[in-house]
Amino acid sequence: MEHHKLSLDQLQDSFSEIHPRYTQNEATVEAERCLYCFDAPCIKACPTSIDIPTFIRQIANDNLTGAGTTILESNMMGHTCGRVCPVEELCVGACVLGSEHRPIAIGRLQRYATDHIFENDIQPFELVPDTGKRVAVIGAGPAGLSTAGELARRGIRATVFEKKELAGGLSTYGIVVFREPTNVALEEVGFIEKLGVQVRTGVEVGRDVLPEDLLREYDAVVLAAGTGRVPPLGVPGEELEGVVEALPMIAATKLADKDGKEALTRIRVGNEVIVVGAGNTAIDAATVAKRLGAERVTMLYRRGREEMSAYDHEVAFVRAEGVDIRLLTQPVEVLGEGGKVTGVRCVRMRLGDPDASGRRRPEPIPGSEFVIPADQVIKAIGQEKLVALYDAVGVEHAAGYVRTDDELRTSNPKVFAAGDCVRATGQALTVTASEDGKIAARAIARQLGVAEPTPARDGTRGRFLHATVNEFGRIHG
Amino acid sequence: MADLTTNFAGVVSPNPFWLASAPPTNSAYQINKAFEYGWGGAVWKTIGDPVLNVCNRYGQFEYGHRRLIAINNVELISDRPIEINLKEIREVKKLWPDRAVVVSAMVSSNEAAWRKVVQQIEDTGADAIELNYGCPHGMSERGMGAAVGQVPEYCEMITGWVTAAASIPVIVKLTPNVTNIVPPAHAAVNAGADGISLINTINSITGVDLDSLEIFPNVGGKGSHGGYAGPAARPIALHMLSQVASDPKVKASGIPISGMGGIETWRDAAEFLVLGSTSMQVCTAVMHYGFRIIHELCDGLSNWLDEKGASSISEFVGKSVPRIGHFGDFDLSFKTVAVIDEEKCIQCNLCYVACDEGAHQCIDLTKDGARVDPEHYSGAELLQPKVREEDCVGCDLCSLVCPVDDCITMQERPRERESFTWNELVRTRPEVTTDWDAMVAFRREVGIEIH
Repeated sequence: MEHHKLSLDQLQDSFSEIHPRYTQNEATVEAERCLYCFDAPCIKACPTSIDIPTFIRQIANDNLTGAGTTILESNMMGHTCGRVCPVEELCVGACVLGSEHRPIAIGRLQRYATDHIFENDIQPFELVPDTGKRVAVIGAGPAGLSTAGELARRGIRATVFEKKELAGGLSTYGIVVFREPTNVALEEVGFIEKLGVQVRTGVEVGRDVLPEDLLREYDAVVLAAGTGRVPPLGVPGEELEGVVEALPMIAATKLADKDGKEALTRIRVGNEVIVVGAGNTAIDAATVAKRLGAERVTMLYRRGREEMSAYDHEVAFVRAEGVDIRLLTQPVEVLGEGGKVTGVRCVRMRLGDPDASGRRRPEPIPGSEFVIPADQVIKAIGQEKLVALYDAVGVEHAAGYVRTDDELRTSNPKVFAAGDCVRATGQALTVTASEDGKIAARAIARQLGVAEPTPARDGTRGRFLHATVNEFGRIHG
Repeated sequence: MADLTTNFAGVVSPNPFWLASAPPTNSAYQINKAFEYGWGGAVWKTIGDPVLNVCNRYGQFEYGHRRLIAINNVELISDRPIEINLKEIREVKKLWPDRAVVVSAMVSSNEAAWRKVVQQIEDTGADAIELNYGCPHGMSERGMGAAVGQVPEYCEMITGWVTAAASIPVIVKLTPNVTNIVPPAHAAVNAGADGISLINTINSITGVDLDSLEIFPNVGGKGSHGGYAGPAARPIALHMLSQVASDPKVKASGIPISGMGGIETWRDAAEFLVLGSTSMQVCTAVMHYGFRIIHELCDGLSNWLDEKGASSISEFVGKSVPRIGHFGDFDLSFKTVAVIDEEKCIQCNLCYVACDEGAHQCIDLTKDGARVDPEHYSGAELLQPKVREEDCVGCDLCSLVCPVDDCITMQERPRERESFTWNELVRTRPEVTTDWDAMVAFRREVGIEIH
């Protein structure tokens, strides 16, 4: 299964960003379509409340520095989010032009603006004097980086501990290359570092540094470690050669993007690939397998379309890639010969009464077993939670998620948590992780008695906060 | 980040952006809100004699789907009793000591009336007075507004009354509804004004309803000229600003200019700045989008000044004024030609038709490099426009109609002869400028060929 049918050129095409960057003309034309709504619904639909009409107006006015600053001021991970946000479900879905016309392509405009900042190495924020406060952040994914960056804007120096070789978390290792090239994620890490954040990669908390030392040496600790490995399928044959996890496979394509695309030819992909799971990671894994040259890719999901957590546009996308989605199908055994995968025995399911999650419980249909031939099985059935780490820093957790209040304080007054490890409900997105960082940083700053930052490079906003607000009311003599 | 602090005739504001005297400055409610948003100053909507307003006060000029490219209005000066305005002005100024609070005034043309209103305004603590000599409708028929601004002698007389009575700066606001804006500007200087503001709105009718045949704005079936403002008026405002800013007498007087007329973005503001505006007034853009635009006005202007390496906005006031010249002094040997980037060209051929029918017939349509007559071409392959450079007169029309950025550029070519100007020709070879035979001979002599 190692032989590659695709040429390097074909692979390079398949692993380049789906949409090319807007030209200046395209960006201006699109930006000028924006109505600049008052009280705009796109702002409310954005988990980080980016002032979208303002940044679009700034693009139209050729103030790209201002546009990028407006974005990053609300969302430290704006460079990634412009590419990976499910905008159809968020800002673009809320655009008032959607009902009668075509909504504004907010994600692509955002990318146009942040690319300007990153390519020209513009520092959008005033660097704040060090308050002497120190915070340890565990995990250099979007939540950890956002927290650290937001703390830096308040003069609180954060040290981020990352067990992997590279920082960036899923932006670096988990988001498919054709949505976010690896260098974009690494540029974002560099941007956070330039704010005065120290990122220590290859350092695992619990192995290389002790949680109790962090709790003692720092003014606060932020748990932003995301999640762990994929849990076992729990079926016979799982140990066969050819059964792999989704994220390491995606990570291999990300590293190839960084280290030279010829590495893509060395990634092992089957001819007949089965992906178990139907979330957004499963979709990504299926797409990656297809683009790496798999002949046939089949996704298996034990429930129905309604219960799938993947977005409609993602499902449409993966189907357009030629991936087959088998609903109400559960693997019961991985079959093999000579230690290698040859297929998956499946059983058809039907939906019964709702279970604890409120979704209808899938039940096997007796006698409906069948075999799908396969030479590779990719597991994408969620990630294990890092419960041992939660216990090590002494925080309460439930069902694998850290328990926090609305300001992301945990049961340990010195520990805060952000990102996927607290995301027990709702979608675990880069943008929600970024917002967590803002919330946690604000709460930490308040706890440490540090003032809120002034707006970035802004001639007006925030300068006159103490003014009396309209004590005259609406007077019409 | 560049310092936007502005000092206009002693009136200091944290940024150069003032709300123009207009509906957005009708009340304390609005101006307080605007100041909360960060506006540097506001010129209170004109106070003065009693008025009554009509319904359907505004008309718009839209272009394609773009609304309010310009607005036109027949709204009058403040229709709120003067005492209420004065009370609110006092309260606003007390709340906002760091902002420019300027009061626009317009009263009957007698000295006592003007002295009285000056006193009333000074009693509020306002920073300056702006004399509304521009309102083109409703008030001008009563001998005020543009009726004053259009007659330099009246302008000078009334300004003189006000400057004699006032202890705070007096700004004269000029009407554009004149053939030459310089004499009214001189009148303001002669009468001791401390500043000039321009332009007020331009006489206009925005359109006709082709079903009812009523005109806009429509007041019960009737319409009249209203004051035109907004982005589409900006080139006219820039011209008038340039005339006043480059005038030797105005320059010598040193009085500052507050520019307005279609400022919507920081880029617009920067253009007014370099053409001689110390402060910039905004109305239509606020009527369209609200006070929130101040953020981007300041941010964009400040980023631009940073890029230019300026530490303060004052460094750029009037930076382009030395570039304002007269036709007679232009270099007649300066040469540019149009160059089409065929890589970028999308073969819409708008440049061809513009040049062939609207200009000087120097672009050909070609196929495989050979000229093709489009009237007799029925092939499916798109034709490629090519400039015949030796015939190109350098008019710039093709690049203006080209829809692709940077596809057609005007490129400078070496001068083919010594630089000379029309005025030099008038001085040294007067016959060339009056006699066609002499002109033809002159062209032959210096090698100017017009195809």
